[in-house]
Amino acid sequence: MSTDTRPPPSQFAAKLRRAVGGRAGWGGFALQILFVAVLAWIGYEIVANARANLQSERIASGFGFLSNTAGFDVSQTLIPYSGSDTYSRVFLVGLLNTLLVSVIGIVLATVIGFIVALGRLSPNWLLSRISGAYVELIRNLPVLFQILFWYLAVLSALPNPRQSIALFDGFFLNSRGLFIPKPIAGSGLEALALAVLAAIVSVILLRQYARWRLFNSGKAITIWPYVIGLLVGLPLLAGLVFGKPFTLEFPQLKGFNFAGGARVIPEFVALTVALSLYTAAFIAEIVRAGIQSVNKGQMEAGASLGLSRGSTLRLIVVPQALRVILPPLTSQYLNLTKNSSLAVAIGYPDLVSVFAGTTLSQTGQAVEIIAITMGIYLLLSLVTSAIMNFYGWRISRSMGT
Amino acid sequence: MKRVSLVFILALSVGLSTQMASAQTLKTVTDRGILSCGVSQGLPGFSSPDDKGNWTGIDVDVCRAIAAAIFNDPSKVKFVPLSAKDRFTALQSGEIDVLSRNTTWTLSRDTSLGANFTGVTYYDGQGFLVKKSLKVNSALELNSASICVQTGTTTEQNLADYFKSNNMKYEVIAFGSADETVKAYESGRCDVFTSDVSQLYAERLKLANPADHVVLPEVISKEPLGPMVRHGDDQWFDLVKWVLFAMIDAEELGITQRNVDDMAKSDKPELKRVFGTDGNLGEQLGVTKDWVSRIIKAEGNYGEMFDRNVGAGSKLGIARGLNQLWNKGGIQYAPPIR
Repeated sequence: MSTDTRPPPSQFAAKLRRAVGGRAGWGGFALQILFVAVLAWIGYEIVANARANLQSERIASGFGFLSNTAGFDVSQTLIPYSGSDTYSRVFLVGLLNTLLVSVIGIVLATVIGFIVALGRLSPNWLLSRISGAYVELIRNLPVLFQILFWYLAVLSALPNPRQSIALFDGFFLNSRGLFIPKPIAGSGLEALALAVLAAIVSVILLRQYARWRLFNSGKAITIWPYVIGLLVGLPLLAGLVFGKPFTLEFPQLKGFNFAGGARVIPEFVALTVALSLYTAAFIAEIVRAGIQSVNKGQMEAGASLGLSRGSTLRLIVVPQALRVILPPLTSQYLNLTKNSSLAVAIGYPDLVSVFAGTTLSQTGQAVEIIAITMGIYLLLSLVTSAIMNFYGWRISRSMGT
Repeated sequence: MKRVSLVFILALSVGLSTQMASAQTLKTVTDRGILSCGVSQGLPGFSSPDDKGNWTGIDVDVCRAIAAAIFNDPSKVKFVPLSAKDRFTALQSGEIDVLSRNTTWTLSRDTSLGANFTGVTYYDGQGFLVKKSLKVNSALELNSASICVQTGTTTEQNLADYFKSNNMKYEVIAFGSADETVKAYESGRCDVFTSDVSQLYAERLKLANPADHVVLPEVISKEPLGPMVRHGDDQWFDLVKWVLFAMIDAEELGITQRNVDDMAKSDKPELKRVFGTDGNLGEQLGVTKDWVSRIIKAEGNYGEMFDRNVGAGSKLGIARGLNQLWNKGGIQYAPPIR
């Protein structure tokens, strides 16, 4: 008599049922399908109805306008642009300007936020009170007023171009912005780039080696003199051997304004400073909450190992705090990006200003343009969230939780 | 964010409303008992609230004249202040019945916005305001200047055209509202503030020291400003159009706010038609026979409206110029009421 073992019953159907229907089973699945279908139908009705309305009123619709000539100029463009380019180019110009403010603002806000949070937690009475005052003052004032304040305060303090403040040689500060010498590529540029790359790679390798030595033999080696030597020496050497990597074009006063050189416009400075300082106040509170959520014993454990306060924070407390910090921090990054749409108040040419502003009023195609703009902000937010979630996933994985 | 959200709500309402513009605006307005009129957020001479909160200006008076023709009561108007950017969406979505907001009549606006211009309340042109201390006498000396403009206007395109065709460079900084633009100009961010000439005179009054600023002689564009109504309602279009015509014709015929009652008793056939003692021209427009007397009693004729708001009788003191009647050297001309 054979004792054939019966194959175990297939788990597939049951698993699928649980995955799609949840606890409610197939009935729940059907309800979900119905719900999605209703949502899709409502969405379709809105679009179709809008289209019918626009057509019956003979309001221009469709996305054909994107290839029409824009015919207006923009004060700050990261890519070449002139008035004879198309609306789709304007869209790109505005998007890049929004990204520029968002990325720089996020970096600055994070740095300032961490510093203020650590200051607030510091045992130093004065430092913690100053940090506390900063947080309470900044986060309780509307951000639009702060943007206007920085813009008008910065502007009214600066002289007109003919009385520019000259800093060093070739740096000029006036109410038109900060003028700096512009590097123009020379013969040695590629060699320099290679040298910098080589220096960075060797520094990383050196650091890995130092860590390996530390973990294996317990001996710490001092690497910073080599790091500086590599980072400064290699590019310098490349410059000496292969000639000047670039020449500088200096700004010069011509007519009303400076010509030549590069320039940072005051609108950009005001917007970035205002958004960074504003968001930093919230980030400071988030970081403080995160650090305080870590058990006090961790700090004492670090101290008992002989680590300094700074090292304990950096190596033990902050990595654990990050799990608490990251989700609300992501929200603040998203807020900063979205708040950058206040740019139009001070004439910074961001996406909302040039696309949902000038382009909208020139073409009159509000429905399409608002839809595109909302879609872009949604996309930016989702990408930011995805990056932060990935970072959070890596942290929690490295901590083995 | 507030600006964006307004546009958003309006755009959404375009999508959600089942019937956007009722074809019977006049009936809707009569039933509602009040006219909804889109105006600017504060442009002296055209539409701005005074210190008691009453709206004044040419654009405001046009709306009051329409209300006078419909209700015999010029106060039955709700004024909706709109930014340059939001104005067309507000009209398209039915938020307002008429847009009377220093809006330039152009081909693309007339065709692509689903709206029609009903006439010209003010013939304007784009000019430049500069500080006297710059010692500039002509717009052609503005090479490499920084220029402040208000976004959402015809101004930006005119500016690009003018500097391109004269081979001059410039930097443009575009702001969301007129106040922000003027503040940036005043704080020295720009050498030049550009807009319609009438607006330059109006905004100059708001500056700390108006005498330090001068409007350059060049006028670089044609800016005929007029009211707008939605496509698809010819009766309403006719009424708004003829209210303005009536005010212009009244000036030509010598009918003023003061003498309107006497003139109404006149035996002249032309005046009898205007005042409805002969024929039913007003009823053809959908209002009463005495519509012209209602308008003139409430708001006066075109010339009185001009003087009171932007002309000799106002702080702006702008000369009639192009806006003088056709038979007195200007180009304001209205088809006859008959």
